[in-house]
Parts: sequence; C-alpha cells; structure tokens
Amino acid sequence: MRVGLFVTCINDTMFPEVGVATVRLLRRLGVEVEFPLAQTCCGQMHVNTGYLPEAVPVVRQYTKAFAGFDAVVVPSGSCAGSVRHQHHMVAAAAGDTSLSAAVDATPHTYELTEFIVDVLGVTDVGAYFPHRVTYHPTCHSMRMVGVGDRPTRLLREVRGINLVELPGAAECCGFGGTFAIKNADTSIAMGTDKVQSVRATGAEVLCAGDSSCLTHIGGLLTRQRAGVRVLHLAQILASTEEQPA
Amino acid sequence: MSVTFVGMPKFPVAAAEALANPQLRKNLRHATQTIRNKRASVVGEVEDWAELRTAGAAIKDRTLRHLDEYLLQLEQSLTAAGATVHWARNGTEANRIVADIAKSHGVKEVVKIKSMATQEIFLNEALEAEGIEAWETDLAEMIVQLGHDRPSHILVPAIHRNRSEIREIFQREMGNVGMPAPEGLTDVPRDLAGAARQHLREKFLRAKVAVSGANFAIAETGTLVVVESEGNGRMCLTLPEVLVSVVGIEKVLPTWQDLEVFMQILPRSSTGERMNPYTSMWTGVHENDGPQEVHVVLLDNGRTDVLADTVGRQALRCIRCSACLNVCPVYERTGGHAYGSVYPGPIGAILTPLLNGVEAGPVEASLPYASSLCGACYEVCPVAIDIPTVLVHLRGKVVDSHREGAPTPEAAGMKTMSWIFSGGRRLAAAQWAGRLSRFVIGRKHGRIRALPPPFNAWSSARDAPLPATETFRGWWVRTNGGHENDPSGPQSSGPGRVEAGPEDIT
Repeated sequence: MRVGLFVTCINDTMFPEVGVATVRLLRRLGVEVEFPLAQTCCGQMHVNTGYLPEAVPVVRQYTKAFAGFDAVVVPSGSCAGSVRHQHHMVAAAAGDTSLSAAVDATPHTYELTEFIVDVLGVTDVGAYFPHRVTYHPTCHSMRMVGVGDRPTRLLREVRGINLVELPGAAECCGFGGTFAIKNADTSIAMGTDKVQSVRATGAEVLCAGDSSCLTHIGGLLTRQRAGVRVLHLAQILASTEEQPA
Repeated sequence: MSVTFVGMPKFPVAAAEALANPQLRKNLRHATQTIRNKRASVVGEVEDWAELRTAGAAIKDRTLRHLDEYLLQLEQSLTAAGATVHWARNGTEANRIVADIAKSHGVKEVVKIKSMATQEIFLNEALEAEGIEAWETDLAEMIVQLGHDRPSHILVPAIHRNRSEIREIFQREMGNVGMPAPEGLTDVPRDLAGAARQHLREKFLRAKVAVSGANFAIAETGTLVVVESEGNGRMCLTLPEVLVSVVGIEKVLPTWQDLEVFMQILPRSSTGERMNPYTSMWTGVHENDGPQEVHVVLLDNGRTDVLADTVGRQALRCIRCSACLNVCPVYERTGGHAYGSVYPGPIGAILTPLLNGVEAGPVEASLPYASSLCGACYEVCPVAIDIPTVLVHLRGKVVDSHREGAPTPEAAGMKTMSWIFSGGRRLAAAQWAGRLSRFVIGRKHGRIRALPPPFNAWSSARDAPLPATETFRGWWVRTNGGHENDPSGPQSSGPGRVEAGPEDIT
C-alpha cells in the first residue's frame, strides 16, 4: 500500500516537528509513508473565508499531489474534514467537472488516529510519555471527521501517561480560522474559558489533533504564563524513552 | 421587509459590547447550559432520535419541494373550514392586513401569542402606529415589552435578564399599561409568575382580537398548531372573538400524520421537555366554540428567495426550537442582541442574511462570519440544517458581492495565497521568504508578542509562533525522509513552548 503523508501547510511551515513525529510514529508501526513535494494546502482557509474560486487551484494541486496513492494520512482533523467535505463543494461551485472527477479519483484521506486504529488496527503504538496530559477533541475532528474515542484509546495505551479529563472538552476553543481575527474578541473569550478549563486539570501538557487550535490555545497559555505545554497528539504517540517529545 | 433592527452595527462591534458585560455572560452561561443539559438528557433517552431527525428533515424537504401545491391545498382546507386566508408578500402587506382586521372591529388593543413571524415583520410597532396596542402575553415576551427591550433568544427572549431585574421591570412598568405589580413583590419566581398572571388576566378577559403565529399548518385539514408552555396561548386562542394568525409559508406540513414526528422533536429540542404543557390545534371556525372569525395571513417576506437558493433553502426547515442557540459557544458569550436581528444565534446567522440578502447592510454581511464553524449547531438541529455549510456558502456570497472594484487587502492576500498554494515549489519559496521574518519581527524566546494590523487582533491576547527554523519539506529533502542526517529533527518555536527567561518578565 502506498501511503502519502499530507503534512498540512501549517505543520510544514510552522510546526515541522509534528510532521516528523508522524513519520517516526508510522515508521515504528511499519508504514513507510511518502511525502509528495507537490502538496501544499487543503484549501480550507479559502473556502471558509468565502473565497471558493481561489480554492480551485489549491484543491487541484491536492488531487495532483496525491494521485496514484492508495491512501493519504494527515495529522489534522480539520484538514481531513476539509478534504472530505469541501473539495467536492469547491469543484461543484466552480462547475469544474474535470476537478470533480479528479476529486473522485483522489484516494481517501484519513485523519491520523483513524489510520492507526482503523487501517492498521493498532491502539498500543509503543509510546512512552510519563506526564500529566489532558486532551482537547477539536471540533472538526469530532464533528466533521467523527474520530470518536480513537485519540483517547491511543493515548490511554501510552506508557507512563496520566491522562486527565478536560472539563467541557467538547466545547470549541474559539480558533475558527479567520474567525480568530475577524471576531477576535469572541474568539479570545472562548479561548480564555478553554484555557481556564485546561489549567483546572493541573495538566503539564495539553494535546490535540490539530496544530491550528493548539496555536490559539497555546498562544493564550504562554501569554498567561500558564506553564502548560501544548503538544500535537502525534508527538505524544511518537514519544519514546530514547526520543522523548 | 428587513428582519434586522434599525441601526445595528456589524456583529464584531456589537459582540465586543456584549462581551464586556460580565453579568450578561454569567446569566447566559447559566441559562444556556441548563437548557443544553436538559435537552441532551431527554434526547438521549429517545432510541430512534437519528431516524426522527432524518424524518423531520425529509418531511420538510418534500413539503418545500412542492410548496406551491401544499399552500394552495392549505388555503382550500382553511377556507372550507370557515377561515379567511390572506396572502402577504412582505411584512408591510401582512401588517396592513392585521391592522385592517383589528380596525374593522373597532378595537384599540389586541392580545398576542409569542410569534417569531410577527416579530420578524415588526407587527407591534406597525399596530402602534395605527393606534392599536399589541400586548405580548408570553411571560418572557411581556418582560421584554415592559422593559422597552429587545428579545435576545428565540424561545426565551428575556434570557439576558435575571429575576431581580424582572422584579424591577414589573414594579416600574406594569402600572403604566394595566394592573400594577402587587405591593412588596419579591423576586421569587412564583411571585413573579403570580404578578404576571394577574396583570395578563385582565387583558385576556377584555380582548376582542387575538394575534398568533403557528408552529405548524396542516395542508390536508387546514389545522393550525401552537405549541407553548404557559397557557397564555390557550387563553388567546379561545377567549377573543377574532383570531388572526400570521404564518410563514414554510410552516405548512402536508398531513396530520406528519405532526407525529415534529411533536416528538420540538419539545425535546426547545425546552428540553418530553412533551410541552399546552398544544393547541384549531381548524377554522366552530359555532359557539372559540373565535367566531378566524383569519390566516400567509407570509412570504423573503422566503421564496431563500427557497431559490439551493444551499440556503434548508434553513426553511427550521422549526424555531433554539437548540442551536443553546449549544453555540459564540451565542453563549455574546448573547442574542449582538446578532442585530429578531433571529439570533446560529440559525439567525444564516436566516437573517438569507431573508434580507447579504448585501442588505453591515449586519447581514458580518453574520455569516459570526461563527467558529465548530458544528455544534448542526449536531443538535432536529431537522438537520447544516448551518456550518450554509454559513460558508453565505461567506462566498459576501465575498462575491465585493468582487467588483479594487480588491480589499483580504482579497489580495487570498489571491496571493491561492497562487502560492497552487505549486509545491511556490510554497517552498514562500516559506523561505517567510523564514526571514524570524529576523525582523520583535520576539522573545521564539514567540511573537505583537503583530501589525490586522493581525494585532490575534496578538492582543495571544502569542504567535515564529516560522520554524527548517520547514518539514526542507527536513524531508535534507534527511531523505528522516533516514539520514537526522539527530533530532527540526524545531519550531512551538505553539506553546514555555522557556520564560528573566527578560521575558514584563
């Protein structure tokens, strides 16, 4: 099986360690992913801000980059949701039948925990992370992709972890892409409540499956000097005694 | 006729004002979470909820597909049952019809059942201009009316008020418009309800004309249905001699049997009850029983435009349950007034621009963006309106409405990003250029504390990360996918790295 890694534009540019962790984790599980350099972005920023025609070349680039693979895996619930729910919409809105056909022909895009649990059939990934951790289920991973309890099933098997429940976990952190700028006051109010819940858990680490939400929550945490680290789920699952996250 | 309040600013401005009110946020948080939990518990006990939800959506969709036929059937059934049917293209026409009916009976006042359709067309204001007082008899609507206030929730319009504020309003205002509040009124809910009952009883017994909406209108039989909790509706529907119901054309259901689905999903979704206390159904005129003159005003007011929008038309399935408001993290913090419309919350964020058009004004153009697209609304919607998808669709319309003329900075930025994202090499070049920002932007320990506009909206309360020292694609090429030259991999500043040094303490 040829598996393509879609690292996402934000991880590629800002948080490469998330991509590296994903590669190491999957390699440990026996999957040698490929990284097609033609990949760029899922197009969600354009779609969700209302720039559908501008998303057309971005979606086309995605279909080109991953043509010929059997599956795509992405360490992001939000980008997986965008690929699965918005690519058809972009092609249809543009009336671009060749793009629609290309979207149809593109292999299925799995969010990382879906790929590990459903495709590889693994829940113990052999990770070691002796810290108090709380997990924030991101909205798109929960509601667009439907990862369900896969992330927590994987986290519970991590050796040494002390996984504590996040109060009000299912509530949005307030990131929302350009919402964070266009409605900054509301976004910050939502994020501030999320940070309060995180701090109440006494966790050393907040983890989630989306770097975008973590940038927002993490930015509030460091500004408040909360002393809580944020890590992508992939980094904890990749963590070992020899190579700790 | 516009469903927005006159002179409202765009959402972010109105929201900032609401966010600055800690009492409001406390009231809202408490109230929305209470209803949210009640709903979750009564919905959770219905085994076939998912099927009911699908059925609700399917019945509404089928009805909307053949709306022309069902409306004519409804008119026929209503007429056969002795009711008079009026058609209103917009609010102005509907208001004219209601005022003329009231005037033809020589009345100076009407009693009203809570109704979104009449609020949408600002009927009370229109009647007042004709010298007719319209008394709201729903407790929360009465609180809003007495307080010279605006509703902030579809189902619980006074959700922004706590009980001590309500007592104060009753004491101050009741005497000006009828029976005053009793001496020594406390803010105990039972006493407040008692004061409202006394005040309203006088109006019920005196009124000759009542105005209602309808939750459902059955085409097959000509039956109108009102679902309520307080019994005020039952009083309005049975005591006055004349009844005028203003009904949005999307309220029609083909058959009596279709009600079965909606009577299960509506109370559980709205008040979190298994069954609502009062369900009134009436079919035209019955001799010596209830109103002897029954009018039904079928209201369009933008609905056919919404129906013509293939993505947006699903909003017409809405049964005004408010479940989406109660789970919305944005609504919970800003309250309903920030939405500038009689329809607040997630459903309002799509209904208002759909009914009025996104080009109608700053409120309509900003509402599609008043959401983090978290999807909690879609999850709870009993008729499966995909609000996030409609929001995104409307954002597209907002952007398209500005495509003529010079591009905004946002549009120019989006065009540039589109170009960059249409090739792997282009992205790599942009990333290389972007990394230069590491040397020019003021930073401490790998975090950016202040950004230039418009991104200062981000950095006002949030640190921003710097681009990584090495991109992922750079790492992949350099190390051959991690197989060579890779002791530890690249490092970014991390979204939340904590390495506070002495100079970081400000």
